[in-house]
Amino acid sequence: MMSTGTVPAADPTADTGVLLSANGLRKTYGTTPALDGADFAIRPGEIVAVMGPSGSGKSTLLHCLAGIVPPDEGQVRYAGRELSALSDAERSALRRSDFGFVFQFGQLVPELTCLENAALPLRLAGTRRKEAEAQAARWLERLEVDDVRHHRPGQVSGGQGQRVAVARALAGMPRVVFADEPTGALDSHNGERVMQLLTEAARETQAAVVLVTHESRVAAYSDREIVVRDGRARDMSAMAGAV
Amino acid sequence: MSISHALLGLLETGPRHGYDLKRTFDAKFGQDRPLHYGQVYSTMSRLLKNGLVEVEGIEPGEGPERKRYAITDAGITDVQQWLATPEKPEPYLQSTLYTKLVLALLTGRDGAALLDVQRAEHLRLMRELTRRKTEGDLADQLICDHALFHLEADLRWLETAAARLDKLAQEVRA
Repeated sequence: MMSTGTVPAADPTADTGVLLSANGLRKTYGTTPALDGADFAIRPGEIVAVMGPSGSGKSTLLHCLAGIVPPDEGQVRYAGRELSALSDAERSALRRSDFGFVFQFGQLVPELTCLENAALPLRLAGTRRKEAEAQAARWLERLEVDDVRHHRPGQVSGGQGQRVAVARALAGMPRVVFADEPTGALDSHNGERVMQLLTEAARETQAAVVLVTHESRVAAYSDREIVVRDGRARDMSAMAGAV
Repeated sequence: MSISHALLGLLETGPRHGYDLKRTFDAKFGQDRPLHYGQVYSTMSRLLKNGLVEVEGIEPGEGPERKRYAITDAGITDVQQWLATPEKPEPYLQSTLYTKLVLALLTGRDGAALLDVQRAEHLRLMRELTRRKTEGDLADQLICDHALFHLEADLRWLETAAARLDKLAQEVRA
């Protein structure tokens, strides 16, 4: 996999095989608890859906796992390192080098073409333009949006834009992809196609995917699901087959 | 599903032997539940008796019966009537899940745990169908989608019930 950032390489997955884990996470916004002792673990190549009602703490969990938001209590460990022990600059470098992100509305840079958008994480990680765009072009092709590579985001459909966003997330060969409601703005057909392409690519590259969704049909593309309720995360996979 | 109408409809595309009918039915509609030969032959006997099919010819050979069946004009009318009649939507009012949930609450058991286990089981099946769908052709996709949409509706109900569990517990115990 990749590691082009400035963070020194560490014990890849430790002896447990867990790539990213969280332990006893607590996070409060004002007086509202968003996470109340949440635990989480994911292995390379695994796709885990994070489900739960609105306001249950799903997105906060994702933000803590990705090192975007620091938890008030608890630990997040990635590849053997504790995220809170890293400096802001090291966490940013880690996010650029090892993590990929897909959000509900793509969040592409409107001034850049789709190709430039998809190449952006690679460019930020220091890859030369020609090489970055060549890699990005391969992912656009893989995501079936090669034909809009020279269009700007405002000129493409929601489904195409979201595929460009997935290509952008995967172009840097991340070890973890964080996807927050990646199909929330798409119709069912487009949403499923995006999920199919995302999960196929992730399985092929052995990237772990943390997939926040409230749609069960989207969660059905995962290997197992975590349900967040009242700020606590519960692994539901052990329950299947118990009825 | 009305097996006799499905077989009759297949015969409208052209005369077939019983064995051929079974194979075509299984390939197109028998995804998880292939027909037994006995079902095909008993259905054909009934359709024959009612004048909806006729025996076009009997071929000599070993093994199963080699009658070649053809649909009659009355059979075509019957298929047409069946296709034109809408299916009665299932009201789903006698839900086993609901009954189990109420009984769990009435007997002081953990209703939330029951819903969680069911939810996990539904999602397990949805994963299986999603895998099958992504690997399959258009027919597989549509068959799996039909099941997936129903399971999704069940899951929504499970979520709704989980969100209202405390109130439901109060009402059933009142």
